[in-house]
Amino acid sequence: MHKYVAMVLLAGSTGLAISIGVIGASTAATHSNDGQAEGELSGGDTTVYATGRNAFSFPAANLGDEERTRFVIGNSFFKRNWVEAPASTTARDGLGPHFIARSCAGCHASDGRGQPPQIRDRLGQHNPAVDLLLRLSIPGTPDPKAGIVPEPVYGDQFNNAAVQGVKPEGELLIRYTPVRGRFADGTPYTLQKPAYSFRKLGYGPMRADVMVSPRIAPQLIGAGLLEAISEADIVGNAASQAAAPGPIKGRPNRVWDAFAEREMTGRFGWKANVATLAHQTAGAFRGDVGITSARFQDESCTPAQTDCLRAPRGVHGRAFEIDDKTLGDVVFYQATLAPPARRNAQDAQALRGQQLFTQAQCAACHRPSYVTTEGPFPRLSSKAVNGQRIWPYTDLLLHDMGEGLADGRPDFQANGRQWKTPPLWGVGLIKDVNSHDRLLHDGRARGVLEAILWHGGEAEASKQQVLKMNKTEREALVKFVESL
Amino acid sequence: MKHLALSASLAALAALQLTAATPALAQTAPAAVSVAASPATHAASFNPVALHYAALVHASYADTLQTAQAMQRAIAAFVKSPSADALAAARKAWLEAREFYGQTEAFRFYGGPIDDGNGPEGRINAWPMDESFVDGIQGKPNTGLINNRKFAISKSSLAKQNERGGEENIATGWHAIEFLLWGQDQSETGPGQRSFEDFVDGKAPNADRRRQYLTAATELLVDDLSLLEKAWAPGVKNNYRAKFDKGGKESVRKMLVGLGSLSRGELAGERLEVALNSQDQEDEHSCFSDNTHRDVVNNAKGIQNVWLGEYQRANGSVLKGPSLRDLVAAKNAALADKTSQQIAASVAAAGTIQAPFDREIVGAKDAPGRQRIQKTIESLTLQSKDLVTAASALGITKLTLVSPK
Repeated sequence: MHKYVAMVLLAGSTGLAISIGVIGASTAATHSNDGQAEGELSGGDTTVYATGRNAFSFPAANLGDEERTRFVIGNSFFKRNWVEAPASTTARDGLGPHFIARSCAGCHASDGRGQPPQIRDRLGQHNPAVDLLLRLSIPGTPDPKAGIVPEPVYGDQFNNAAVQGVKPEGELLIRYTPVRGRFADGTPYTLQKPAYSFRKLGYGPMRADVMVSPRIAPQLIGAGLLEAISEADIVGNAASQAAAPGPIKGRPNRVWDAFAEREMTGRFGWKANVATLAHQTAGAFRGDVGITSARFQDESCTPAQTDCLRAPRGVHGRAFEIDDKTLGDVVFYQATLAPPARRNAQDAQALRGQQLFTQAQCAACHRPSYVTTEGPFPRLSSKAVNGQRIWPYTDLLLHDMGEGLADGRPDFQANGRQWKTPPLWGVGLIKDVNSHDRLLHDGRARGVLEAILWHGGEAEASKQQVLKMNKTEREALVKFVESL
Repeated sequence: MKHLALSASLAALAALQLTAATPALAQTAPAAVSVAASPATHAASFNPVALHYAALVHASYADTLQTAQAMQRAIAAFVKSPSADALAAARKAWLEAREFYGQTEAFRFYGGPIDDGNGPEGRINAWPMDESFVDGIQGKPNTGLINNRKFAISKSSLAKQNERGGEENIATGWHAIEFLLWGQDQSETGPGQRSFEDFVDGKAPNADRRRQYLTAATELLVDDLSLLEKAWAPGVKNNYRAKFDKGGKESVRKMLVGLGSLSRGELAGERLEVALNSQDQEDEHSCFSDNTHRDVVNNAKGIQNVWLGEYQRANGSVLKGPSLRDLVAAKNAALADKTSQQIAASVAAAGTIQAPFDREIVGAKDAPGRQRIQKTIESLTLQSKDLVTAASALGITKLTLVSPK
């Protein structure tokens, strides 16, 4: 009755075949009478069949009752605005002094992906860069727990907003210049290359040797599943790539984790500079919203920012602003956000695109599938994410992506040309959820094809193959990626 | 064989209702009959149910639009000459329209016209709202878009500001209008007490802009509601309804995704469990008007409408036709009954929740109000499981609430 298309996902990447060869028969045998294509269940049992505005906001389909309650409570603290101290509400008091957004959802709108700011919109209003974070550092030998040397006056990231009585750090300027090229069939294309600068700096000039790394807020689906991929799998990816011929040589980042209190393999952030969701969340609360917690008790004010240091804090007799239980609920919320099922997985054009994806070696880094183990902190996640066959399309490794994408700013073990392979699941639903199609670490790419054309470095050969594709092939490739 | 029997019974059902046809039913019944009368195929058992659902959705949005337009007239009268009476009339019209909108929330969560990639849900009913984004609040009288005279107020500028920089930065929709009509709720026993003088020049700063804002936000809401009404209108080429009517099993799957997601995640979860946990008025759905107890009832009723294929229209007539319950009953009568009973229990439990909701959520675990809400949550959770089982009985597993394998 049902067709199961046997797919040779790994035909082109011999090195990876060992670690991901076992897919297929077992999943096909356990399908329902609705029928599912191979890989349609992006998150295994956690998968939700969701499209539209809410596609990224559902809890794992296999979550228990009490866990669903914890999920919605975590969600409420994820999306509610924090307010300036002193406030009458004690639950969400303590915004800033410096901040970028008033809530997590300020950047991760509908749990989805941010886009670069339109610096001046049609109404002539200045829109601060909310979804786009600028990390800052200077050359030097970092503290092993920080991974970078912060800019002495502005710290490790740029905060363009502040509470009353405190100066914002300044405004961001983005200037795009066109980068033109042609496909082999003669079709021209134009990419836009951004350049970043600051103005109205609140605390004087930055160091001349400051290094700036733009980072867009990514969609959060499946974060708990990614956290439950075993370190051995990630390290194994690097070993397979090292053993295989060719330029693709991914490396894991090694980073300090404040919750595990040890060095671990990085997997979150555009440079895999964070190992766990707990560290990522507490770090973002402090850095982006100005909310301190048990592990990050100091506001991100540098010694030169005296107004920031003097500002009132929303602690209500505590040492910090968000308590462990609430922080844990927000971590749990993200850990259990479900990846939506693939759409059009059996569509002929998407299947053709899948072949092309494999032929162009895309799957060498965008590794399709894993079976999860369990995450580092069982109490901050759910058993629902453990032991699942998932399809995230990432190796979680750092790759040299060439000069065009380089930020020139090291982060732990990542150098200034390396970026982590981002997962591709949900990419085709960003338009549904966030009404835009901006991709890559700073949202410069307008759609999947532009994102591919920015690939260089280790991915140069793959990009060259895509440049040789004709229109039909290019469209099939995009159709496949957007079906994920 | 089973399909044949079901088709026959659905045809009989449709025919039965033709005799007592209301105008809205007359549009759907012939279609239902013709499909049911066609050779029995697997799809035929799903199609009449999908067709009737589409008619029910259209009727629900049409009623919402009509009552929202009545509200728009009341608001126009109030804005033209603000008075306590005119404000009271506008508030009354808001409450009346909400009775119908609340029931339409059962049509969310499957990427239909309300919340597909272009869906207006976020403009229509986003919450919770940081009211200081729109207008002054106690202690911060000069904040908000209304008090920023550099901000040009129009439908499109408000739509653009909505949810800018955060999901709580709500500029538009029911709750922005609610805030303008009632103001902050500082009362323990009743709703917000905004004075009509906030809209009178010389009595409150930026009263002119408050009038403009209320007018623009209301117009935008009516525009968005009429988009939804059109998307579901019958006999329109290429609208959403045209495709949905032909969707068969896939359309029925969408219906079930909507019911399950509203039951558990949104109503039991976001609207009740979160408020119970925080005991905070700001987690109350209609916090300015103290109308949250009705929101809960109307959501629960919206689910029941779809399950039973029955909807009482604004004019009092009842729209009735082939339903999910019929479909499930043909496979498993006991399961259909159990689900019907659980859904009825949820509506009843929701009906016991008392106003004001912000007092109902406060207190120890055994506080009567909290127990009433807890009981509603438990019933909704059970009904969400029944709906999953019912879907499974129909061979539908691609949902949001259960492992899809």
